Amino acid sequence: MPKIELIKAGFYTTIQDLGRLHAAQYGVPKSGVMDSFSAKKANLLLNNESDAAVLEITMTGPTLKFQSKTQIAVCGAIFDMYLDEEPITNAKAFQVNSGSVLRFGGLKKGLRCYFAVQGGVKTEVVLESRSQYPTITSASRLVNGDELEIDSLGNLAIASARVNFEDQELFSNTIPVFKGPEFELLPQKLQKKLFTDNFTLTPEGNRMAIPFRELFKNDLKGILTGPVIPGTVQLTPNGNLIALLRDCQVTGGYPRVLQISEMGICKLAQKKPGDRVNFHLSELD
Amino acid sequence: MQIKPSINRLGEKAILLQWDFNITPENLNWLLSVKQILQQQIVKSKVQVVNTYNSLLIIYNYSIENIYNDFRALKSYDFTGISSEDFKGKLYRLPVCYDVEFGLDLDELARRNSLTISEIIHLHTQPIYTLYFMGFLPGFLYLGGMNERLKISRKNEPRKSVLKGAVGIAENQTGIYPNSSPAGWQIIGNCPVELFNAHTENPCPFKAGDQIQFYSVSKQEYAKIKQKIEDGIFELKPESHA
Repeated sequence: MPKIELIKAGFYTTIQDLGRLHAAQYGVPKSGVMDSFSAKKANLLLNNESDAAVLEITMTGPTLKFQSKTQIAVCGAIFDMYLDEEPITNAKAFQVNSGSVLRFGGLKKGLRCYFAVQGGVKTEVVLESRSQYPTITSASRLVNGDELEIDSLGNLAIASARVNFEDQELFSNTIPVFKGPEFELLPQKLQKKLFTDNFTLTPEGNRMAIPFRELFKNDLKGILTGPVIPGTVQLTPNGNLIALLRDCQVTGGYPRVLQISEMGICKLAQKKPGDRVNFHLSELD
Repeated sequence: MQIKPSINRLGEKAILLQWDFNITPENLNWLLSVKQILQQQIVKSKVQVVNTYNSLLIIYNYSIENIYNDFRALKSYDFTGISSEDFKGKLYRLPVCYDVEFGLDLDELARRNSLTISEIIHLHTQPIYTLYFMGFLPGFLYLGGMNERLKISRKNEPRKSVLKGAVGIAENQTGIYPNSSPAGWQIIGNCPVELFNAHTENPCPFKAGDQIQFYSVSKQEYAKIKQKIEDGIFELKPESHA
């Protein structure tokens, strides 16, 4: 099988697909791409299955060398990118040749981008997914010198169009949410405050969770350990508001006041520490 | 026992059913009975249904699945028609070495709860625990049935890391860290048995409803079992119920 060589891995690059869909019963996190909207878009540009494995690139991009001809696309956060030192753009399929080098430069907008290759990267599948997670996959992230197997050349004719999705929505600061199971336990004043205040992302955020800086004083007590999923927003007795993300645990003991929509998780995944967001209450259809 | 759950959507892709009842093996039987019926009769698509102490969560993988119709069907479902089946599973006996080398907090527990170390070991190995669900970490078992005399609060400052297999107590719960992990629980011993392996077809040997009992082993026996596990010749076998 031909390979892609990671000359440089970047700050935090992992392999992700849509995650583990049948492993919550064992206490295994779902994992998968933080911003599924952008990852699916990159796969769509290449006519890949929507769950084909991609590289999730965070803050600083890698340098990749291709050992065979194939097609690639990058979506999500906007980086300067150079294919054999020629600038290329986000959200467009490109053909690369054997020996080609894709180099990421500065980050312009957002935080995470998705590198897709025709057919997806073919790394180990554990519990029905290639998503990297400590103690589940043999490595929890990519490092310099890693080599990733890819499909040998398939149909090169398919990918060509630049799919013109609207990314303005992805980078907006308004996060759509639904009421969480313990929302109604909050006094009305605090319920309202969740939708009028702004919340700042702290540097402690990662793929598991993002804690917000502002203290949200409340009298809610802990709950009997119950199920949580990516997008669940927990409120601790100390007043910490924490958005759980793709690598979160499957159970938790803090009141679940909000549930972020799927698109809301994608939007939050593009926010950097120090960025401010607000929550907008949506209705389920 | 309360029969009718509160039923709410949890975002676009999940439905949460919650009961207001206590943690008992009987209530677990009821929850697992409902879970089975839901899987057989209502949620026909390939979804996950997971349980905790008092909740069932139905997780849909794609929002295109029939979540709205399922939600309406659940809202009008007659839960009184479900009879509680017996989900009491197999009994597994797990070795634990309570040597102070592993039992980092044995002395603290002994002092605070006015117990000797041998009393702690006796109280911890006597009950047959019920496995309610797995959560927190892959393969972390939520066990019910610990003796109240062992009840102790979490460490004020969590440890940065404890050994794989560390056996801990927090409040009225006891559990085993299936992998090396930061830990806030009071550590009383170590269990050499592999509780979770993602690379096997069945990653965890246990399921909700199973029974667990610990037995005390010396450091020498612990080392022997550890060696057997490394050599791949240790077999974890359930016992037949008395």
